[in-house]
Amino acid sequence: MKNITSKDEAFQARIDAGEKIEPKDWMPEKYRKTHIRQISQHAHSEIVGMLPEGNWITRTPTLRRKVGLLAKVQDEAGHGLYLYSAAETLGISRDELFHQLHTGKAKYSSIFNYPTMTWADIGAIGWLVDGAAIINQVMLTRTSFGPYARAMVRICKEESFHQRQGYEIMLTLCEGTPEQKAMAQDALNRWWWPSLMMFGPRDEESPNTEQSVKWKIKRKTNDELRQQFVDITVPQAKVLGITIPDPDLKWNEERQHYDFGEIDWDEFWQVVKGNGPCNKERLQARNDAWNNGAWVRNAARAHAEKRAAQAEVSEAG
Amino acid sequence: MENKHKSLIDYLLILGDNSLILGHRLSELCGHGPSLETDIALTNISLDLFGQVRSYFQYAAELTGGEATEDTIAMKRVDREYRHTWLVEQSNKDFAYVIGRQFLFDAFHLPLLEQLVNSKDEMIAAIAAKSIKESRYHLRFSSSWMERLGDGTQESHQRMQNAVNDLYPFTYEFFEETATEKMMLEAGIGADLKSIETIYRQTIKDVFAKANLEIPDTPARKTDGKKGIHSEQLGFILAELQYMQRAYPNMSW
Amino acid sequence: MKGNPIWEVFIRSKNGLEHRHVGSLHAEDAKMAMENARDVYTRRQEGVSIWVVESKNITASNPSENGEMFDPAKDKAYRHPTFYDLPDELEHI
Repeated sequence: MKNITSKDEAFQARIDAGEKIEPKDWMPEKYRKTHIRQISQHAHSEIVGMLPEGNWITRTPTLRRKVGLLAKVQDEAGHGLYLYSAAETLGISRDELFHQLHTGKAKYSSIFNYPTMTWADIGAIGWLVDGAAIINQVMLTRTSFGPYARAMVRICKEESFHQRQGYEIMLTLCEGTPEQKAMAQDALNRWWWPSLMMFGPRDEESPNTEQSVKWKIKRKTNDELRQQFVDITVPQAKVLGITIPDPDLKWNEERQHYDFGEIDWDEFWQVVKGNGPCNKERLQARNDAWNNGAWVRNAARAHAEKRAAQAEVSEAG
Repeated sequence: MENKHKSLIDYLLILGDNSLILGHRLSELCGHGPSLETDIALTNISLDLFGQVRSYFQYAAELTGGEATEDTIAMKRVDREYRHTWLVEQSNKDFAYVIGRQFLFDAFHLPLLEQLVNSKDEMIAAIAAKSIKESRYHLRFSSSWMERLGDGTQESHQRMQNAVNDLYPFTYEFFEETATEKMMLEAGIGADLKSIETIYRQTIKDVFAKANLEIPDTPARKTDGKKGIHSEQLGFILAELQYMQRAYPNMSW
Repeated sequence: MKGNPIWEVFIRSKNGLEHRHVGSLHAEDAKMAMENARDVYTRRQEGVSIWVVESKNITASNPSENGEMFDPAKDKAYRHPTFYDLPDELEHI
């Protein structure tokens, strides 16, 4: 054992020992940058994710579904807020992070660049997209950066109803009329592959994985998580009585896992690069909300300053 | 007796439809607010209102009997059968309209509920008792934003003043007593709109003064929302609100 | 950019318990911070009391001084009851 370790090695040793890193602790610049990037991408995904689901709030089939969906989409705003707060502890402002999102510099989860055409899409997103997200997020509750881990604990607690809500929507459709069941099947057909893409590129094309594992941002690789998702989800589709759109999907007795077909990686990269069906609309909607809100935010600031000045005057008097 | 029953249902619609249509307007904003914090806050208000709607309409469905449910009442009536006032269906033109509309409604809603907690109809009294706390917070929220925008920047002041100039003439409609409301008041079930109006104008005066806003002296708009005559905007609201129930009738969701 | 400060939110989940830090948010003044905290952090009945404090008003210890700040307390076992040897048969002490 070396007596004198470098700062980097000492830092890594703390993480290896299961210690959490807190914002004011010394940290390698790369750790800081990676976390700002990852946490803000995660936050952006929550905020952009509000759009495809928000698309159906005014058209839910029942009032019960309306309050459920509203509360869910609202939670996503909350989760974005928790995550932006965690990123801000690393010395970047929410305004800067928004700027990165609005100018297209920052990434967010590609899944939200697909359109929600039918009511069943709301079910499919809850079931599949939230299902995939939970796998990632549960892992992140034990990540090394304290504020990120704490945000994830809170998020996981709140999200527990999201996937159940989605699955219940699917179940109701599948137990309904043939037309409803067809709607559910169609949604599964469109959302299955994009959901598998949520876990990112294959391990051999994921250069950051090794570093992420060292910092406990990741405890499993993309492919391991994807496999876990498929194994969990296939039996759930059977309960619904609808078919996963993958002719190569079958149980592998030897591996004790499902084998599944190849993802269309060209589509994956195209959507990542901004050429998905709705990339442009999503960014536009975020930009509009931000730009239209500018005068409101300025007014709140001006008002607070006025009141503070008045308070000072009355104190002096 | 038959008549009173029908009037009670009618009264529940007058009460519930304001919350339904305003809740709908607010729900359009989810994901598009000026900041995450306000986005969340407005959705909270929307959720409170939909909660109230469900209570009113579940009760109305029970009284109606047959196949009626909260959803058939919310989503299967035709345009002329909706009983809300014009104010609440006004669109989210900008955040000043959203806040102005909310404040002008909350200032009415709270004293209304304060009377309804004493309704002889136990169900209405119970719904009011639950809603009153929600409404008190809504009024607090919308009043503080009236102040922020009215007494913020020059631009926000102008926008807020423009919004209330457009919206204020719709507020007189709250207090035009319909036959149903008169009957409910006499039966000890409904609220006394005259006494609410006094409180209402005072709240307006206080908050407008703090917000550095002028109370418009424009005359009342000749609107009859409570009698089912609505603006041209309602059709589009219903096109969304009723879409699923109309396109896929008689299914469970 | 000036303005839009960060606030820290502390919530008492029920009477008898202390306020705990639950997260942060942005607000222009204390009133707005309180309203935002209510709307963001108590949607699931998480609290009966809220404190908000602007982050800049918190003075935090410096982790690089943790050695001198906290290590000296390590070897003061005599502050803990287990430091004192008493016979097992002794009761109520």
